[in-house]
Amino acid sequence: MYSTNYHRASSVADAVKLLKKADDGKFVSGGMTLIPAMKTRLAAPSDLVDLRHVPELKGVKISGKTVTIGAATTHAEVAANAKLASVCPAICNLAAHIGDPHVRHMGTIGGSIANNDPAADYPAALLALGATIFTNKREIAADKFFTGLFETALKDDEVITAVAFTAPAKCGYAKFPNPASRYAMTGVFVAKAKDGVRVAVTGAGEDGVFRSKEIEAALSKKFDASALEGVSVSAGTLMSDIHANAEYRANLVVVMAKRAVASANG
Amino acid sequence: MSQVEMVVNGRKVSGTVEDRTLLVHYLREHLGMTGTHVGCDTSQCGACVVHMDGKAVKSCSILAAQASGSDIVTIEGLANGADLHPVQAAFREHHGLQCGFCTPGMIMAATDMIARHPEGLDEKTVRAELEGNICRCTGYHNIVKAILAASKAMGKAGKGKTKKAA
Ligand SMILES: Cc1cc2nc3c(=O)[nH]c(=O)nc-3n(C[C@H](O)[C@H](O)[C@H](O)COP(=O)(O)OP(=O)(O)OC[C@H]3O[C@@H](n4cnc5c(N)ncnc54)[C@H](O)[C@@H]3O)c2cc1C
Ligand code: FES
Ligand code: FES
Repeated sequence: MYSTNYHRASSVADAVKLLKKADDGKFVSGGMTLIPAMKTRLAAPSDLVDLRHVPELKGVKISGKTVTIGAATTHAEVAANAKLASVCPAICNLAAHIGDPHVRHMGTIGGSIANNDPAADYPAALLALGATIFTNKREIAADKFFTGLFETALKDDEVITAVAFTAPAKCGYAKFPNPASRYAMTGVFVAKAKDGVRVAVTGAGEDGVFRSKEIEAALSKKFDASALEGVSVSAGTLMSDIHANAEYRANLVVVMAKRAVASANG
Repeated sequence: MSQVEMVVNGRKVSGTVEDRTLLVHYLREHLGMTGTHVGCDTSQCGACVVHMDGKAVKSCSILAAQASGSDIVTIEGLANGADLHPVQAAFREHHGLQCGFCTPGMIMAATDMIARHPEGLDEKTVRAELEGNICRCTGYHNIVKAILAASKAMGKAGKGKTKKAA
């Protein structure tokens, strides 16, 4: 790891101030992506501004069907939140299958979506749920937030403070984990809300998370796994790598979508 | 450089470290506590697992500066003098180790897992919860057996607070 300067922020305003003073600084939250990247010298920020001790970034709030999750809330906290499970069990289930218990104790929802790894789980949930991402500057719709591979609409000194969504009538997530890393080789989140069905796919797209129009159309007619019989998605914009080629992933998208709907229907 | 201070196995420690110092290197090289191991550089093997403020974490992926102010427990902190911790005793009894390299991390993961499942553990849960700990020797079978036995023994010792392990 190259040398770096560590700073601990006490508030969001303090974090922004510390980052502005830095040459080439980065926020660190759980560090479960950034520290490994620094160890392998894929990242070399001059300064790290630690968000883990900022109280205003933590916790899950539920009022009626509106769910707000603080950016520094860990995967383990989301997975174990009983109140959240009673309005949106799929997101708890998703969080419970990120990496392993030790990673879940540190890794946070804000870090996950800021990083926007094309195989990360949370981006699929937020896109399918039509979530809103709150920052210290503005609100960004999930549809506008995830802009490409490891790319988001965030500016350098912009801190995600929370994400919020309305729990839909039904939702479910299914992932085919990469057997070594547990990241999604393909993961599909389906949500059926008042204004329609939204389906988001992670782990498969060349440009990261995306909505599948084919599957949304089929599930809008009937929100049931049977509606996906004979449906196929194009392999055109899907990724090929050593783990699976685009055609294999195209098939996995449909298979995971069926499982996600089955789990949404309980 | 950062001034760090934390409680390690009940003892207050402090020192000045380079900001890039990983917690595992602080423990091993600054404090001379070599029970916590490093088995990979991809944050996947779990040989480095310690408890930070009561939760199992990978000390190879946390800076000592990030951990400053916290309460750390390592494998050296489990036994009570000559008396092994029930999880250590179960690993010995059930032959849950061969070369022993993964063992400190396995045992720290196991104690955390048992604490998070006061209702008891079954084999499927133990195997799923060991996702972040790699063993190259045992094939996991005896590790799983040891954790199930320890969970049962600790449940009994917990004055009936814990329900029967499945
Ligand atoms: C072994 C292992 C297995 C994993 N498996 C999975 C998996 O199966 N699925 C999955 O989805 N993920 C997986 N992950 C990644 C994990 O979920 C990380 O927690 C997550 O990607 C990043 O969250 P973090 O809080 O650790 O972020 P950090 O590593 O602290 O930061 C990541 C990036 O986000 C930025 N950032 C962090 N917080 C904010 C904020 N509030 N505002 C703005 N920018 C911010 C940082 O500057 C940095 O660029 C795995 C990681 C490991 C080590
Ligand atoms: S040394 Fe920490 S996970 Fe391998
Ligand atoms: S006992 Fe050798 S790696 Fe587990």
